[in-house]
Amino acid sequence: MLVLDNLKVAVGDTNILNGFSLTVGAGEVHALMGPNGSGKTTLGRALAGHPAYTVSGRAEFMGRDLLTLDPETRANLGLFVSWQYPVEVPGVANAEFLRLAYNAKAKSSGKPEIAIKDFPPFLVQKIAESQVPPDYADRMLNAGMSGGQKKRNEILQLHVLEPTLAVLDETDSGLDIDALKSVAAAINAYRRADRSVILITHFQRLLDLVKPDRIHVLGQGRILHSGGPELAAKLERDGYDWIIRG
Amino acid sequence: MSDEPYKYGFSTAVEAVTLGRGLTEDTVRAISAARNEPAFLLKFRLKAFALFQKMKEPEWAHVTYPPIDYQNIQYFSAHKSAANSKPTYNSIDEVPPEILETFAKLGIPLDEQRRLSGVAVDAVFDSVSIATTHQQKLYDAGVIFCSFSEAVHQFPALIERWLGSVVPVADNYFAALNSAVFSDGSFVYIPPFTRCPLELSTYFRINNTDAGQFERTLIIADEGAYVSYLEGCTAPQSSKHQLHAAVVELVTLDRAEIKYSTVQNWYAGDKETGEGGVYNFVTKRGACRGVNSKISWTQVETGSAITWKYPSCILQGDGSIGEFYSVALTNGHMQADTGTKMIHLGKNTRSTIISKGIAADVSTNVYRGLVQIQRNAAGARNYTSCDSMLVGKRCEAHTYPYVDVQRADAVVEHEASTSKLSEDQLFYFRSRGISQEDALQAIVSGFCKDVLDVLPLEFAAEARKLLTLKLENSVG
Ligand SMILES: Nc1ncnc2c1ncn2[C@@H]1O[C@H](COP(=O)(O)OP(=O)(O)O)[C@@H](O)[C@H]1O
Ligand SMILES: [Mg+2]
Repeated sequence: MLVLDNLKVAVGDTNILNGFSLTVGAGEVHALMGPNGSGKTTLGRALAGHPAYTVSGRAEFMGRDLLTLDPETRANLGLFVSWQYPVEVPGVANAEFLRLAYNAKAKSSGKPEIAIKDFPPFLVQKIAESQVPPDYADRMLNAGMSGGQKKRNEILQLHVLEPTLAVLDETDSGLDIDALKSVAAAINAYRRADRSVILITHFQRLLDLVKPDRIHVLGQGRILHSGGPELAAKLERDGYDWIIRG
Repeated sequence: MSDEPYKYGFSTAVEAVTLGRGLTEDTVRAISAARNEPAFLLKFRLKAFALFQKMKEPEWAHVTYPPIDYQNIQYFSAHKSAANSKPTYNSIDEVPPEILETFAKLGIPLDEQRRLSGVAVDAVFDSVSIATTHQQKLYDAGVIFCSFSEAVHQFPALIERWLGSVVPVADNYFAALNSAVFSDGSFVYIPPFTRCPLELSTYFRINNTDAGQFERTLIIADEGAYVSYLEGCTAPQSSKHQLHAAVVELVTLDRAEIKYSTVQNWYAGDKETGEGGVYNFVTKRGACRGVNSKISWTQVETGSAITWKYPSCILQGDGSIGEFYSVALTNGHMQADTGTKMIHLGKNTRSTIISKGIAADVSTNVYRGLVQIQRNAAGARNYTSCDSMLVGKRCEAHTYPYVDVQRADAVVEHEASTSKLSEDQLFYFRSRGISQEDALQAIVSGFCKDVLDVLPLEFAAEARKLLTLKLENSVG
């Protein structure tokens, strides 16, 4: 599904990722961990096609060369990168944004678009699936939401868009205990044999709820260490130092 | 789309008859004579001209431009066929085909087969009104909607009674100039207890880029009458500046209502150099003379190199209502200084001001408003909300809300906000599969919703597209 080979990401003259390689197969969950500033968010944003980054190396998604595609094409191909700090857009209704995004994807994949009048019941169903409060249908797009509410709003988008690969960037940070459980349940509800997840997180508690197949530790611009789910407990106990120092 | 920043920038090759350049009392007399005007109108013009000569161009607005050479402007320009002593065309068959084609290209077909069905249109090409559609249907309802010059001949008593009654000849420099040299425009009279059966619309087109445009609009809604009126404007692309100094006067009598909407898209000058573009110095004012009457201004300002315009309401009748809904978008080197005045004279008068300013590139966008509650205006209320959106780091937005309250019981509320349209917002949309164009449209429509919602439906979609297109050129 996703093949990253010797990926280099730079902002101006600064290399942030340098030789990052990772393969994600269909149905798999990969956790990506690593110290602050190691480049986890950068990876997600570079995959999404943010114009600030210069990217080289190989990035293949669903058999296509990601690096040649513009951001909207990547999204409509089934790549979803949640934001660590979702941006506020005052004046734009959440529901309107979701409908535009849903229809953009439907249109690009040759499926019927959903009419304005049919969208509210569809949204009600998606709100239930993603376990967010019902008033998310009436909110503005992230404007006036708390940090945790914005994170949950990304999970609502995940359920509306049903991407093939979801890169979730610290979605668990800033959530209260109940919200964390809801978000984990919503991620599990999204999972299917043909859908994959890259979970960027600092905490074992999320990985206890959403079981990863592999855990990777990022440092020095690439993956320094990989392991199975048991690695989470060790990292929780010993931190990253033993990996970074080598 | 982005390689076509101003699609109305074409000009039409027509043979124009002008009075040449320059402004003297003789020019004023010649304009009046060319239109066979009655004596009262010549007197009105000469009085205005005498006062104009003693006045100074205003300097208080937040705009800068090189001095205008008023002697280097043509004050009258008409197509050859219209200028031979006749003030207007008798029927659409007399209008030269290239002019009809111009309006068709602008999306305003005037001929019977293609004209807009729900809207009656008066089309003004340079100084002359070309055609007014749906005349019969309006006539059956008792509504008068015709070019100003036609009204001068057919309804001189109405013109003499109301012209200058809201905007006195010496109100300000540009109004005085307009009163002296105005050429054509529209006249509307809605008889008592009549709801105008169609939207009325005037479309102004500057074609001759050496000519100034000085149109005059007068709308009277008699007791219990209602009318919705829309004004649209474009001009060809030119490296020279063109002066547009219009005056619009509205009057509502008891329980009457006028809804006046503008979509202004004059040529704004070269986006990179700021060369050329229209100077839009306009005086618009409405008087709610009657009790419980209402005047509502809605404007979507997207063009002109410089805009200087404050559509205002004089709330004289007890219980009268004034509204001002405005979107002003500036990009390139545009400068807009726009807003409103709400003058509360009568008891229980109410006013609402909703202003949305969008500034991009190196433009300047100013809201300037006055809310005045005078001594006898018991129970007067105003609500003002001014929002600015900045696109990029090199533009400026300012708000100058002046408040002059002469009573203790007045309720005056003011809210203001400034936001930024960021690259991250656009990327957020794109990373969810939404194209930049749709993203801009959603963001701009959201920001301007309160204003676009009050535009007549046919024009709201048009305005939304126009705003999106302009911004697209600025975010690249
Ligand atoms: N747009 C940018 N411009 C300059 N530096 C950046 C930019 N984005 C990220 N960085 C730098 O790249 C490094 C990795 O950041 P980030 O990907 O946010 O790390 P993480 O998500 O792992 O905490 C940091 O040193 C950060 O300062
Ligand atoms: Mg991060």
